[in-house]
Amino acid sequence: MNKLNLDKKQIESCRNYANLIGQDVQNFINKHSTVSVERTVLRLLGIDGVDEFSIPLPNKLVDDVVKNGDISLGISVYIASALTEKKMDLDNFLEYYKKNNISLTDFNLISREEVYKVLRPYYEKSLSTIKKNKHDRSEFLREYPRGKTDIYVIVATGNIDEDVIQAVSAAKAGADIIAVIRSTGQSLLDYVPYGKTTEGFGGTFATQENFKIMREALDKVSREEQRYIYLVNYASGLCMPEIACMGALERLDVLLNDSMYGIIFRDINMQRTFIDQYFSRLINAYSGIIINTGEDNYLTTADAVEEAHTVTASQFINEAFAKLANLPSNLMGLGHAFEINPDVENSFLLELAQAQLAREIFPDAPLKYMPPTKHIDGNIFKAYQQNAMFNMVTTLTDQSIHLLGMMTEAIHTPFMSDRYLAIKNAKMIQKAMKSFGSEIQFKENGIIQRRAYEVLDEAEKLLKQIAEQGLFNSLENGVFAQTKRNINGGKGLLGVFEKHENYINVVLEKMEESFYED
Amino acid sequence: MKIKPYGDTFNDGKVQVSFTLPLSKSAKATAAAKEIAKEMGLIDPSVVHAESIGNDFSFYIVYGSVKTAIELDKIQVDEITQERLSREEIEQLIKTNFDKNIVFIGASTGTDAHTVGIDAIMNMKGFAGHYGLERYEGITAYNLGSQVLNEDFVKYAIEKQADVLLVSQTVTQKEVHLKNMVELVELLEAEGLRDRIILIAGGARITHEIAKELGYDAGFGPGSFAEDVATFAIKELIERKKR
Repeated sequence: MNKLNLDKKQIESCRNYANLIGQDVQNFINKHSTVSVERTVLRLLGIDGVDEFSIPLPNKLVDDVVKNGDISLGISVYIASALTEKKMDLDNFLEYYKKNNISLTDFNLISREEVYKVLRPYYEKSLSTIKKNKHDRSEFLREYPRGKTDIYVIVATGNIDEDVIQAVSAAKAGADIIAVIRSTGQSLLDYVPYGKTTEGFGGTFATQENFKIMREALDKVSREEQRYIYLVNYASGLCMPEIACMGALERLDVLLNDSMYGIIFRDINMQRTFIDQYFSRLINAYSGIIINTGEDNYLTTADAVEEAHTVTASQFINEAFAKLANLPSNLMGLGHAFEINPDVENSFLLELAQAQLAREIFPDAPLKYMPPTKHIDGNIFKAYQQNAMFNMVTTLTDQSIHLLGMMTEAIHTPFMSDRYLAIKNAKMIQKAMKSFGSEIQFKENGIIQRRAYEVLDEAEKLLKQIAEQGLFNSLENGVFAQTKRNINGGKGLLGVFEKHENYINVVLEKMEESFYED
Repeated sequence: MKIKPYGDTFNDGKVQVSFTLPLSKSAKATAAAKEIAKEMGLIDPSVVHAESIGNDFSFYIVYGSVKTAIELDKIQVDEITQERLSREEIEQLIKTNFDKNIVFIGASTGTDAHTVGIDAIMNMKGFAGHYGLERYEGITAYNLGSQVLNEDFVKYAIEKQADVLLVSQTVTQKEVHLKNMVELVELLEAEGLRDRIILIAGGARITHEIAKELGYDAGFGPGSFAEDVATFAIKELIERKKR
């Protein structure tokens, strides 16, 4: 395991800076909420479905309070007050609400204690569903223990029925993790589409019904194959906590849930993103869902040799935010990637150094390792070889979540045969090189060790600088992926608000409490 | 001159094909693969590999020879016939011909989330040893990144008085990128900007021909660098100035 002989004090110093950075932002987060956080509360009270114009009810209700009431009090008090005054249960009230021209703000607000009393049956129902899902997952895992490295492939047909066919075939070919890529642009929608969908672009809409359909199919194939197949989706975007909530209710196992990805790569407002990622990750922590972070993307935008330290620095920051959301190490799927130009001399050694560095700094994390994409150029034969090198580094450094490269990257979304060949490639190397990593040592102060020291040094410097400037300022200065974002720019700022001193969020508070109890 | 694919002898016509059939692997399925190859026009197809890739699917690798030869002289291609200038030459050209910086604005527009292409052309570091436009003296480059709405792109172009717009589109399913590219042209026309701006498309599946068809001034596919884009844009700007 310890091949790089890293300076433990230096790692600790990086963690300290990252914790300062995280805590500073957390102080901001704790004072704020967003429309997507409030919509998530409604979803966890069991509110789902759409009105006659296909507007999701959670959106309709929250928008109503934004327009006619004081959302800074939180949605909980409004819904509880309405139920109390109308003496209705939730289903009856929602019917009444849809049929009559009323506002959720038409009712006298009740006290905090009463809010909890009224809403308890509803949130407890969702929370017990989530607990049951967590339990079912551990049962599966007890029955079918996992190996060191999980093979992860994507399906992206746009049609959930076709996705199921592809996913089942991939699982039978040896995939351990199936990710359903979202329809392009979904991250920018300020609502979650409803129901089963069969048309998407470059992927399939993340909806609760689609989650359910895929989960059922994967549970079936899990039993047939005697392997528990993880299901993955993507939370990043304007609906992070809502997607986390749907994932928790439908037993997703992994969720892409970076603390900064939306800011940098989707130009989503940074305040919105930080607030949303906290609740979203809290839900994941409660549900036992592994988060994946998106540092790999830095290297497709910026140079993988020069910017390697930004990946490491960002992993420390993502770890700090994850800890603040009560995620244990074994749910922190920190991301990185194999993106150095293969024409660079010794590029394989540099990749090995980076992958081993991540492994040794985060020994308990289910690291997510991403395949080459940037230097894949349409030559499928060359790409197959690049993927083989990537697979070797994965095996040598015990990466946990092994996202397979496709020889047809940047040509089309994978054909069934592309995926099959990729799985065979990975499996061959996993088997042929199984114990190679534990048989070798790295030369003292050789190319690999020196590269790791260099990256860690640079990461420490960067973390120190971010800790001094604050993360908001640093993102404004383009610290990651050479992308500058304004604190008041980007999408979704309008949905951010400061909490009133009487703010209530029944679900968030209950979840936080559960961690203090443990 | 008549041309066929080359295996190891001139005009032997040898090609390799691989595909999946929605059939379990069987002698019959392999025969079907061979029939498909024949129908494709391959002479003496040989199924060199057949493998089951799941319950109801099998994968085939086939070799064979194509029948027909192509008359090369009959093929016409619309391509950018320009010599790529170096960064220094481009910078000099700007200095001699313009007394202000040339403004390039680039983005992956619409729902496209891929920025590898636009980053390679615009970012300081560039790609494969070719510096991006941000590094050029005489060029002011703004890279707006991914998923930029056409409306916002045009608004920004007006605000920054852009001379050149670079639109990056990586292929997505069902041709959504083409629709998006046409929409941008329409927006620019509505704003009366189309003639004042040089509009360039780029991306993995973009060719000059497609770009011209969609109403762009040029299109750059794989293997293009900042120099190619800049050479075209600056020369075109000089041409237009003369007119």
